[in-house]
Amino acid sequence: MNWRAIFAIVRKDLKIVLQNKGVLIPTIMVPLILFGIIPWLSALAPSMVNMGGTSLDEIATLIEQMPIGLRTELAPYTLEQQTIVFFLVYMLAPMFLIIPLMVASVIAADSFAGERERRTLESLLYTPTSDRELFIAKLISSWLAAIVVALAGFLLYIVMANAAAWPTMGMIFFPNWMWIVLVLWVSPAAAGLGLGTMVLVSARAQGFQDAYQTGGAVVIPVLLLMFGQLSGAMYFSTWIVFFIGLILWVIDVALIWFGSRIFRRGRLIARL
Amino acid sequence: MNHSVIRVEKLTRRFGENIAVNDLSLEVQAGEVFGFLGHNGAGKTTTVRLLNGVLEAHSGSMRVLDLDPLNDGPSLRARTGVLTESASVENRLTARDNLLIYADLFSLPHEKISARVSELLDFFGLSKYADEKMEAFSTGMRQRLALARTLLHDPEVLFLDEPTAGLDPVAANQVNELIANLSEEKGRTVFLCTHNLVEAQKLCDRVAVMEHGKLAAIGTPKDLMQQYVRRLDVDIEVSPEQVDVALNALSSASPLTQGLPRHVNGNLTLTIPSRDVIPALVSLLVKKGIRVYHIAAHQPSLEDVYFALHGEKEAVQ
Ligand SMILES: Nc1ncnc2c1ncn2[C@@H]1O[C@H](COP(=O)(O)OP(=O)(O)OP(=O)(O)O)[C@@H](O)[C@H]1O
Ligand SMILES: [Mg+2]
Repeated sequence: MNWRAIFAIVRKDLKIVLQNKGVLIPTIMVPLILFGIIPWLSALAPSMVNMGGTSLDEIATLIEQMPIGLRTELAPYTLEQQTIVFFLVYMLAPMFLIIPLMVASVIAADSFAGERERRTLESLLYTPTSDRELFIAKLISSWLAAIVVALAGFLLYIVMANAAAWPTMGMIFFPNWMWIVLVLWVSPAAAGLGLGTMVLVSARAQGFQDAYQTGGAVVIPVLLLMFGQLSGAMYFSTWIVFFIGLILWVIDVALIWFGSRIFRRGRLIARL
Repeated sequence: MNHSVIRVEKLTRRFGENIAVNDLSLEVQAGEVFGFLGHNGAGKTTTVRLLNGVLEAHSGSMRVLDLDPLNDGPSLRARTGVLTESASVENRLTARDNLLIYADLFSLPHEKISARVSELLDFFGLSKYADEKMEAFSTGMRQRLALARTLLHDPEVLFLDEPTAGLDPVAANQVNELIANLSEEKGRTVFLCTHNLVEAQKLCDRVAVMEHGKLAAIGTPKDLMQQYVRRLDVDIEVSPEQVDVALNALSSASPLTQGLPRHVNGNLTLTIPSRDVIPALVSLLVKKGIRVYHIAAHQPSLEDVYFALHGEKEAVQ
């Protein structure tokens, strides 16, 4: 394995992706909005609904429909605090997965489909780099970027959630163990899901835009998790989060295995 | 000079029904500039891809630098340099970055990289723009950078697909001199795909002409001209008042001539089957009392070979 060549390609892909506005804008804006602004909105929510009087009861009803595990975890808090923990810790957890998923997808679309579209893939194929090295390099660049952005989003969220909720909570309440598992175990797997899907989609796509639009369907599992939790069917307990990660990793391995079979010089060049 | 660097036997590659390379056999010797000619879609680019192990063949065998392109791809490609048809440089990077990345891909020794990169940028007249993004580069500048990148690791065999396409005459000339130098002084082998027959004739030790994936002819440009050029134009100068008489005499001189003589701006030009008929033509004119001052045969060119081959094929079809 020629790591020098691999990292040369990683550096190249990242340098190039940093100049694609179609990649950069979602990569920066989505985490900023999700984790820079939403905490403030939900932290203000309890004090606003308080004035209406009835709405806090509605939230209490909602929480009552939640699985027993979640209600136990919320029990030590006051109703206002419960509202905040319910939204900021549990409801936003599935949404966090959108970050690695989206960043990995958009960069992989640029790296796999975009490279072909720009017609720069061909000369790369004429280098001593083997098919496997080329494939690994392209996986690393998207995956690494997704993890870095996800970690940055997480750090931002730690600060923002605690700051916004301070008046109600009066303590550092975030993150809990579930979130640590989510960030360190599940979000790299979510990045792998976006990446692996994009590798397969890119093999058929016309170019960056086409690949990105087709591959956008990968957010569906995240939406399912979101609605699953909102309906009270399940909640993001540490164990469930761990299993979600496990399932994603298994899917990743399968996707990457298929991808590595497709990513062969002979096939790639015949489609240029 | 006497061992073959490229050896191809009965090589075939299909794309669906279409046979891009059909039963191709050829050898290229070390240090040779080998011209690979043929119309659009004749199979030139496909052959280059096959020879570098980037595309799989359906049948036949090939060795390049005594390696099997498909099984020894990485070690082979470390020793070949390929200039692709469309100068595929990264427009979003600077000229220098484009080269630096390939220096890593070809495992150039770290301490040699910066000198080598500067040397090439200099040679191709790109030093001034080295740190500018390539988006703003002209076609020719891009082509030159792609060439610099091809030469970066000083490959033993160069595959150049239309290296002078898009270059102005001065730059094209410089590239042709470079190719000649690489072969003569450094003993590098050059596999040159081109549509430019004038360049090929000047530059190539041997050429092959492809027709629909098949080898139509192979040899030195001179051999091919002798073999395939069956017609030759000659200019004849006679005393001005005798032009009409000469035209008359030549019009009925078949089979010494092909077609009718042409009279343009006081010049007489006619087509003959070969040099061998010139003495007979002269004696014919002299017998009619025509004073001949000058007679000159046009030099045949590779272009004539090319069109002769094309003509034959069309006649058969
Ligand atoms: N990836 C591919 N898929 C399908 N057909 C292909 C592919 N690559 C080449 N061909 C076909 O193979 C034939 C040879 O193509 P090739 O590109 O080798 O020609 P060429 O001699 O390089 O032509 P040009 O002078 O236009 O560059 C053509 O008929 C082309 O359509
Ligand atoms: Mg071609």
